[in-house]
Amino acid sequence: MMNAVPISWFLTLSAILFALGVAGFLFRRNIITVFMSIELMLNAVNLSFVTFAYQHKEVSGHLFTFFVMVVAAAEAAVGLAIILTVFKGRSTLNIDDVNSMKN
Amino acid sequence: MDVILFLIFALIAVVCAINVVVQTHPISSALSLVGVMGSLAVLYLLLGAEFIAAAQVIVYAGAIMVLFVFVIMLLNAGAETRTGRSYLIPGAPLLVLFLGLLAFFVQRIFPDTTMVRFGGFTGGGPAEIGHALFTTYLLPFEVTSILILVAIIGAIVLARKEIE
Amino acid sequence: MELLDSFIFITIVKAAVVFAVLMTTLAYLQWVERKVIAHVQVRPGPYRVGPHGLLQPVADVIKLLTKEDLLPPYVNKPLYLLAPFLAMTMALISISVIPFGPMITVGPVKTWMQLTDLNIGVLFILAASSMGVYGIALAGWSSNNKYALIGGLRSSAQMISYELPMSLAIAAPLLISNTLSLRQLVESQKGGIFNWNILHGPFPQIVSFIVFMIAAFAETNRVPFDLPEAENELVAGFHTEYSSMKFASFFMAEYSNMITVSALATLLFLGGWMAPWSVEWGASLVPTVIFAVAGATALYHGANAARKRDKRTLPVFGVVFLGIAGIFLLPVVQFWLLPLFWFAAKTGGILFLFMWVRATLPRFRYDQLMGFTWKFLFPVAMLNLLVTSFLVAWFTK
Repeated sequence: MMNAVPISWFLTLSAILFALGVAGFLFRRNIITVFMSIELMLNAVNLSFVTFAYQHKEVSGHLFTFFVMVVAAAEAAVGLAIILTVFKGRSTLNIDDVNSMKN
Repeated sequence: MDVILFLIFALIAVVCAINVVVQTHPISSALSLVGVMGSLAVLYLLLGAEFIAAAQVIVYAGAIMVLFVFVIMLLNAGAETRTGRSYLIPGAPLLVLFLGLLAFFVQRIFPDTTMVRFGGFTGGGPAEIGHALFTTYLLPFEVTSILILVAIIGAIVLARKEIE
Repeated sequence: MELLDSFIFITIVKAAVVFAVLMTTLAYLQWVERKVIAHVQVRPGPYRVGPHGLLQPVADVIKLLTKEDLLPPYVNKPLYLLAPFLAMTMALISISVIPFGPMITVGPVKTWMQLTDLNIGVLFILAASSMGVYGIALAGWSSNNKYALIGGLRSSAQMISYELPMSLAIAAPLLISNTLSLRQLVESQKGGIFNWNILHGPFPQIVSFIVFMIAAFAETNRVPFDLPEAENELVAGFHTEYSSMKFASFFMAEYSNMITVSALATLLFLGGWMAPWSVEWGASLVPTVIFAVAGATALYHGANAARKRDKRTLPVFGVVFLGIAGIFLLPVVQFWLLPLFWFAAKTGGILFLFMWVRATLPRFRYDQLMGFTWKFLFPVAMLNLLVTSFLVAWFTK
């Protein structure tokens, strides 16, 4: 027993990390922290992919992880550029203050 | 031995993830996220995904998070100020309860038929990944290269200084 | 016997040996650098502390240990203390996959002269150097000082920009050797100098080697790319606010990175611990000849000494060198000493190149440096990879 980890433990860890990412995304006001919670969610999903690749003994799970990483990199680059532009215009990183479309 | 490794690095991952969500200063969140990625890389090694573990450290922890850290240092964003009441006392037990329920339901859905041992899956090396990437998954590979090109152009256009 | 054979015990002993040798080499590498730069500038260099300045590193270590270890009150304490630790750890961790020689038999155990062989060895070294960027960025940020911050940001941006041509320059010889494991990389280059990756196969990897060396100079923040830490720019760059042991950690991390990239260049391009021609043609006599010539030169200069102190110290060195030449002839140590000699000679040659360039070239301005990598080095590395892969695909059917 001490030599093997049940596969459901990995999936539980992935679910916990995903839930924490969602909590950060919903409850934080700083735009960079929101973005980092999105990255946390993507990492949790990567862990699930790799776990299922182990279960089915296929390498396709690893390839999906690879593509998720590439997409996350592209998204981080563009997203941070957008954050820089928003900061240049409004000098605030609080998403509650970027509300010129309300009222 | 594998169980001890898993428990240590899973604990580090969860503590760092909680830190990402809870810290006021963005740079502490960023460094905790790097900690999460590092412990996930170890868990990938346990699952036999050697190439993905290396890619996680090189690409995710070593490039994307460096980009985050740069932006935080450039914008010089200070710590968030805490306004309103602290919800720590009702919040922490509720969080533990919620995560416990989540763990329970995941365990019910996925029965423990497969056991993970270090060395149980040897098909995750660079040769196998390369072979699959350039034969079965060739189209997504080419499309992601165009995606990266589009992202580079977008980032440069968005973040450049306006020439007066 | 069970204990001696066990994997953990052997690994701990190897790790202790590698660590001890590495620490001594780091200290004496600084001595070598000062002597090389001094002789390029026609002056003696460290000369008084011990014979020919050989005790200078010891004096430097004592100085660094006994300096006041100041913790300025305005810094961000956790990050300030984390930064040199991160830089040092990541620099030392990459040494653990480098093979110094073939399999050897020490008493009852047979083991490789390498701490561990991963089948993603090259990626491991790249990963460790990617994480090393954090040490510098955090050092700049936590110092709460605008010069340190600018120095830290510039240095990290330079390091991540030059990682790209370095990775592409690494990918090209890997196409020829077909493996990412460092041990198999060396084994695939056996058979003499024309089988080394720099001269091998359908496309000799000379362009790759040059691109890798230029990128390595930038990755380790050495001249001509050392603007972020130069003394007459930006105060002292990202390590302005650091003193004594923490400053020493950054220094040691830089030299350790230098050793890692030189060892990587040796393994990827110059055949690792393989001799340039086979043993039948006398390759095992080369170290003996080199040390004998060095001994003879030292004895000659000792006899006609230019400075008074040399009359006593140079003959001693001459005798020591002749002794070492003799040791290389003993067959009982040849099987592990010869590969180690070749590896050390090639890595040492590249380290000498680092120091020679430092003594000779001026430094780039920051915009010239960044423009150089994005507009010239990265396209050249990509083109080289393209040509190599076409030729390898064409000629291996």
